[in-house]
Amino acid sequence: MSANKKQFVYGKTLDNALLAVYNAYVFFIRFFREVFRGRMEFQEIVKQCYAIGNRSLLLISLTGFITGMVFTKQSRPSLSEFGATSWLPSLVAIAIVRALAPLVTALISAGKIGSSIGAELGSMRVTEQIDAMEVSAVNPFKFLVVTRVLACTIAIPVLMFYCSLVSLLGAFLNVTLNEGTSFIAFFENAFEQITFLDIWTSVAKAVAYGFTIGIVGSYQGYNASKGTEGVGKAANSAVVTSMFLIFVEEVIIVQVSNYFRI
Amino acid sequence: MEEDFKPGEPVIEVRDLYKSFGDLHVLQGVDLTVTKGENMVVLGRSGTGKSVLIKIMIGLLKQDRGDCVVLGKEVSKLEGNDLRDLRLKIGFSFQNSALYDSMTVRENLEFPLVRNIPNLTRAEIDEQVEYVLDAVGLLQTINQVPAELSGGQRKRIGIARTLILKPEIMLYDEPTAGLDPITCLEINELINEVKEKYQTTSIIITHDLTCARATGDRIAMLLDGKFLKTGTFEEVFDTEEERIKSFYDYNFIQ
Repeated sequence: MSANKKQFVYGKTLDNALLAVYNAYVFFIRFFREVFRGRMEFQEIVKQCYAIGNRSLLLISLTGFITGMVFTKQSRPSLSEFGATSWLPSLVAIAIVRALAPLVTALISAGKIGSSIGAELGSMRVTEQIDAMEVSAVNPFKFLVVTRVLACTIAIPVLMFYCSLVSLLGAFLNVTLNEGTSFIAFFENAFEQITFLDIWTSVAKAVAYGFTIGIVGSYQGYNASKGTEGVGKAANSAVVTSMFLIFVEEVIIVQVSNYFRI
Repeated sequence: MEEDFKPGEPVIEVRDLYKSFGDLHVLQGVDLTVTKGENMVVLGRSGTGKSVLIKIMIGLLKQDRGDCVVLGKEVSKLEGNDLRDLRLKIGFSFQNSALYDSMTVRENLEFPLVRNIPNLTRAEIDEQVEYVLDAVGLLQTINQVPAELSGGQRKRIGIARTLILKPEIMLYDEPTAGLDPITCLEINELINEVKEKYQTTSIIITHDLTCARATGDRIAMLLDGKFLKTGTFEEVFDTEEERIKSFYDYNFIQ
């Protein structure tokens, strides 16, 4: 490839990347403008919240339970070296509430809900259903995007609490089978070390992750093009981009919460 | 203030319209006038920009240059509520019907109605939905989902969904594409019935000469980004122009 051609390709790639960032920014700003404008589609928000919960409940129950049980099993040898297995419930609880439950919920939801929003809106875009709403003088952004983003922002924190509970039950099962700890003793010990800051940080994480999953999925789907290929691409990009952003947000929120902890 | 158009007065005026997609120059100086109460057919081969033209008329696309005035308003300059008000007066029937596939037929029809005419009672909504479904002859499909309907039924429901807002102008994008000849005739009849019953002005985009002859008061032949000839069916095809003749012959052979 000649130097000129290389420069052109890199230039075009940079142009496209900047354009993509600009378009995402415009979409993001439009969301906040539309939330407070016109009538709110409460019925659609409730429907989407139900769909999100319904779609991911089984998967979150399974992964949450397994995460709690496996994490407990893996942590036991290190603690038993110091004769500190009695700390297991509080260690596991801190790990679950602070990091594991929000992350597991977010990653499962990104795969299950983010891809589904991307594919659904993408398919509506390529089959002109979004255009059909627009020509019927209905605001498709308000009906499709705002409702889905709000539903994710509301439903994912609820799922995160549910995931924490199920993970703790998984951990309890492992602890009670090995150490014979009672249910009350386990949970008393577990919650001893959990502070309000831990809970609020988890909620903040889940809200941020939920919003991210909703807005990324909607952005990818709403702007899908090129027929069925575009739908697949939208679903795929929704998952990959939201997972990446979830980890970036995790780092930022942990840094901020640690600042308050000290 | 709302402008009131009388029969014969122009409700759609397109002047020197240009539209390109990258290097593809689709419309290259299009002029068209459609008068109130008229059924105008835009004929042309696939990819000549027929659908682009009506998408500009309803504000889904913006022209690069030129004017597109619908009901006295330049569409490209409208935004927000002004654009919404204009769209309420225009019905757009999509080529693939574009029915909301997660909703039943009833919900598809209710969707634009309840969002544009608030405070309707349940009985009023039901009455209007049933009226338009009856008008397109598909009242029995009211609780079905689009996946359970045939191509012709989907087209009819698509038309019913636009009629529920009682539009002044109907834009039909390839209404007979992909349908069998009998269903095509039924759709042609429906387009004429809609004109009579709802007193609409229509633009029908098609490459089907049977549809053009059956539904069009006038025909505009779009070739190479411009209207080559406009007039009645006989006026347009009574010509020695090679491209129009070959279009006619090809359709006839088909």
